[in-house]
Amino acid sequence: MVSTQCVSIRTREETLWDIAATVADPEIPVLTIEDLGVLRSVKTDDDGGNGGVVVVTITPTYSGCPAMDAIRDDIITALAANGYTDVRVNLVLSPAWTTDWMSAAGKVKLEEYGIAPPTGKAAAGKVSVGLSVKCPQCSSLNTRELTRFGSTSCKALYVCQDCREPFDYFKVH
Amino acid sequence: MSESNASATRITPGNALRPEDIAAADLKPGEAVGEYALRLGDDALILAQRLGWWISRAPELEEDVALGNIALDQMGHARSFLTYAGRAWDKTEDDLAYFRGEDEFRSCHLVEQPDGDFARTIARQLVVSHYQFELYSRLMDSADPTLAAIAAKAVKEVDYHRDHAGQWVLRLALGTDESRRRMIAGLTLTWPYVGELFEDDALVANLDGVAVRPSALRASFDAQVEAIFAEAELEAPEVPAAVGGGRFGRHSEHLGYLLAEMQVLAREHPGATW
Repeated sequence: MVSTQCVSIRTREETLWDIAATVADPEIPVLTIEDLGVLRSVKTDDDGGNGGVVVVTITPTYSGCPAMDAIRDDIITALAANGYTDVRVNLVLSPAWTTDWMSAAGKVKLEEYGIAPPTGKAAAGKVSVGLSVKCPQCSSLNTRELTRFGSTSCKALYVCQDCREPFDYFKVH
Repeated sequence: MSESNASATRITPGNALRPEDIAAADLKPGEAVGEYALRLGDDALILAQRLGWWISRAPELEEDVALGNIALDQMGHARSFLTYAGRAWDKTEDDLAYFRGEDEFRSCHLVEQPDGDFARTIARQLVVSHYQFELYSRLMDSADPTLAAIAAKAVKEVDYHRDHAGQWVLRLALGTDESRRRMIAGLTLTWPYVGELFEDDALVANLDGVAVRPSALRASFDAQVEAIFAEAELEAPEVPAAVGGGRFGRHSEHLGYLLAEMQVLAREHPGATW
């Protein structure tokens, strides 16, 4: 009896997770907040109907990222469309977000969209090793950083020295 | 869902604080911690306001974007610190940013200094970013989990700011005679305000383990900045220290004008939203 209840609660939270996970980043619409690693947890005290409070926890990519307010609204809208009207979105800073949490599928989508995905892992020690950034247009590794600060906090602006096209690079962070 | 394709977002790395811990925590800080958070938040807020001025005025388009992004990061840090500080007095981040007078701000004098030319702004950035990097690196170990969490987030961003400032110092100092002259002039105007950043006082002394003692940051700050100076063939200017007092609400003549511009809309139309 007890174990059955536990199974049903877990399933419901997974359902809620999947609804919240459909929300896309407003600045990079091919990526969901799950792909990005922004969606941290979904909890509910509701084990049957849709009456309980749903608590969704997200973490910002950068402290000042203006997309967070839009994401918060979109989560509430997505859950409301499925009948969950009592939704609270918590923004937490710890543990700090890292591009290491970006899913492999997310990186593929990013590259297809024309943004070079982060290369390698965030530095664990004192020395960070810069890896070559691959041009998302022609796949050349002969690319150069134009500026570390691009169209949004999370991106740098690069240029390909073979196909000559500029492109955004999602920084390792 | 198998282990191999499980979402990385559900993994908590190492022994880091879990978001659930913060969500469940009673976040109301004591007044002393609130005061300390106010200092950190005010530094970031005033710097963000200063840097925002450069948008559309920087020497090249990429620099508009860079300084705009750095301002945005600082604004993010300010929002976190001020939101937390405000809970000590049941005030919001907006109450603290827009409805405090000059003598209620706890920012240091350095961040309120005028932008000057680009080199002077870069000199200020060099100092602020290295100071904040040293500060946040240590604040990550604070006994206060919220301060530690904000610092752990901020330190990654300030690391870029430090790199950005350092690269510009090299470019300006080793560029033309004119760029070198301006870099030296910018550093000379900035240096009187460095000392205030590293002054201890009773508030931080009473927050042992929670706050970081400013004086403890000086040695590593000097080592980092001196390494850049050595590469850029510069020397730390020998100039007398300016009178400080920002942490106690005593400010230079510049802050009032800055606040007037920053606060006018919120005070003219209280509660207005976009």
